Amino acid sequence: MNTPAAPRRAVESGVPDPFPYMHPLMKKNYGNWAWHDRPRPGVLHHVAKSGDEIWTVRAGTPRQMDVFTIRKLCDIADRFAEGHVRFTTRSNIEYMVSAKDKVEPLIKALNAEGYPVGGTGNSVSMISHTQGWLHCDIPGTDASGVVKSLMDSLYEEFVKEEMPNRVRITTSCCQINCGGQGDISINVQYVKPPKINHDMVSKVCERPAVVARCPVAAIRPAMVNGKPSLEVDEQKCVCCGACYPPCPPMQINGTDSTRIAVWVGGKHSNARSKPAFHKLVVANLPNNAPRWPEVAEVVGKILHAYKNNAKDWERMGEWIERIGWPRFFELTGFAFTKHHLDTWTGARKSMNMSAHVHF
Amino acid sequence: MASDDVTKTAQGGCGASGGCGCNTPQKHATPLLDELENGPWPSFVTGLKRLRDTEGKSYAPMMNDLLGQLEHSYEERLGFWKGGTVSVVGYGGGVIPRFSEVADKFPASKEFHTLRIMPPAGYHYNTDLLRKLCDTWEKHGSGLIALHGQSGDIMFQGCTTDNVQKAFDEFNEMGFDMGGAGPAMRTSMSCVGHARCEKSCYDEVRAHRTLINEFIDEMHRPALPYKFKFKFSGCPNDCVNAIHRSDFALIGTWRDDMKVNQEEVKAYVASHGRKYTIDSVVAMCPTRALSLNDDDTLDVDNKSCVRCMHCMNVMTKALAPGDDRGASILIGGKRSLKVGDMMGIMMIPFIKLDTDEDFEKLVEFSRNLIEFFAENALEHERIGECIDRIGLPAFLEALGIDPDPNMINHPRTSSYVRTDDFTDEANKYFERKAKEAGLTVAAE
Repeated sequence: MNTPAAPRRAVESGVPDPFPYMHPLMKKNYGNWAWHDRPRPGVLHHVAKSGDEIWTVRAGTPRQMDVFTIRKLCDIADRFAEGHVRFTTRSNIEYMVSAKDKVEPLIKALNAEGYPVGGTGNSVSMISHTQGWLHCDIPGTDASGVVKSLMDSLYEEFVKEEMPNRVRITTSCCQINCGGQGDISINVQYVKPPKINHDMVSKVCERPAVVARCPVAAIRPAMVNGKPSLEVDEQKCVCCGACYPPCPPMQINGTDSTRIAVWVGGKHSNARSKPAFHKLVVANLPNNAPRWPEVAEVVGKILHAYKNNAKDWERMGEWIERIGWPRFFELTGFAFTKHHLDTWTGARKSMNMSAHVHF
Repeated sequence: MASDDVTKTAQGGCGASGGCGCNTPQKHATPLLDELENGPWPSFVTGLKRLRDTEGKSYAPMMNDLLGQLEHSYEERLGFWKGGTVSVVGYGGGVIPRFSEVADKFPASKEFHTLRIMPPAGYHYNTDLLRKLCDTWEKHGSGLIALHGQSGDIMFQGCTTDNVQKAFDEFNEMGFDMGGAGPAMRTSMSCVGHARCEKSCYDEVRAHRTLINEFIDEMHRPALPYKFKFKFSGCPNDCVNAIHRSDFALIGTWRDDMKVNQEEVKAYVASHGRKYTIDSVVAMCPTRALSLNDDDTLDVDNKSCVRCMHCMNVMTKALAPGDDRGASILIGGKRSLKVGDMMGIMMIPFIKLDTDEDFEKLVEFSRNLIEFFAENALEHERIGECIDRIGLPAFLEALGIDPDPNMINHPRTSSYVRTDDFTDEANKYFERKAKEAGLTVAAE
């Protein structure tokens, strides 16, 4: 019998150095770029102070990729580009080439394999993506499916640059909002308080931690059927699901409790206006797997109104800021309800405390 | 109905009995997922099936059951994963454990853990590297990879508990290290920046690697009150969404006048028209810092400019950031849980990031901040929430940061504050200003 080998110690190497993998022209001109333009949707052309030029072709991916897809993307890079790629924040792949005449064959090769070229400039780029049913432990829906369905319907807007400004769409599978802020955000909105499995609570939950997690102090310790458990004041509960991760017996998901809400006007960039949070437009859409057609319809209406009415360079939120919320609801045809009136901390700052009115 | 068929298939196939004798497990029917193979956008379902259908690979049965479980989620509209504890030797985080709650039906994917592996800063790859990553993951995992997670990691999704260490060891030998999870410093992101962008105001790769590698212990051995994220954007366009998505946002900026190439301005006006230039560039400046001169050159009031980037985004050839470049630091961004989403607050309007000494100062500031967070935040409280709880003045005092009017939209409007030391505080301000002025004079 051999004694087991000593376990291998990890080499705590940290963030890998990107320079060994970077396109040689990017390495050579690192920190010394002069300007750029976009010869066509999906293509960037950067010019360095040295006079060197580099073309980037951007293509959409499904983000969750099997090794064969990645190898296919590599084959294209080896055959039609120069072997160097990078990924954007929104999971698009970028191929860099040193000669303009490599651009068209590269685009053809990508399109032939089913990869759309676009996502640059004033387009609708790939939707920022969370995990969902495929891998999350607390998901209300499946991000991959929602994103795939929406990108099918937004395909033309990805490969063209016909929007007033860039459109960044996000999805989140629960109210924690891992997808972040977006011009349009498609997020699960729970509509029912958690259903509690009282037999399990004391076995798997650290009760004080769960009580502390509730943002509206609606959870309190209780004895139920002679067992220590938790109870929820359903009048106070805002159905956020924050208690579910630390205490899975407080089931927040369920066919009758996960709906989808659509929000607009979020923005990360500082261009013109400051970064902004998205605002509620529609709630209570059905969580209608596998294609979520009701969501696509709402997103389509919003994009249609934005595309036809915003001025060049206005982001979604800036356009609405100019025309006013009454006109936004009129143009899109959605209902304005009491649920659009914020009730959270600082809500008053979202009210119109002036005589400015849109008629 | 379709859903009954699926259940039958799952139980009648290799699922229910655990280790059954058949060589080719029956494939789960996936009528709902099949619908996600329609349409022009590349389909993740097609990718999952490709893995399922690969002959002779150990992950094929795993992916069959994974597809079965996912289809089951689509029917029931519920997730079926629970967490647990899985890690590699020496590290306390970085693996996202996933155990199936429906393993009786889908036993081959009962363990489907994710390894979060940090990518090269700026997401640069060559095909040789990507192929090697694929080969390793095909050997030890499911063959499914997300490029990239919202956290900034390469997500190697689908690994048994036994294979986690083997997969990690091989990635680690290739020069790759585990990312963050749990109450720890997390994996970071930086924009393309210096590598390809004329707007980049500091060396993002250097800042990203310097800070994360300096505090790597906080990533691998989770001991903070809650998560702590750095993100690096080379200019205020903030392409990695740092202000909202990170506790510590380093945003490139510049102090001197923006660069204007007046010949290129004239060329832009000539090609786009005067009205368009005024409507789309001049009138959209948020602080009215721009004016188009009668000769179609641009007049810039640099004192009013807030470095929003709009005019530079539109006139990419004519306008550029100035020469005195550096970065701003904003602290406290986060997502909803539990007080609602928050944006970072401007804490340090400008630091230089040129010399080794500049980077040492950045590290020192970050160390002070992380130490403050470790000692003062409550369990499960982010730094932004901590600041809200104790008040910005107390936070600034603890970190030795001087109050600066760039931190606010406007001064306080509430009169309920005790101000008997106002004069002392004002004197500190004047002393500081005099010192700054003195230093400037001395430098000249």
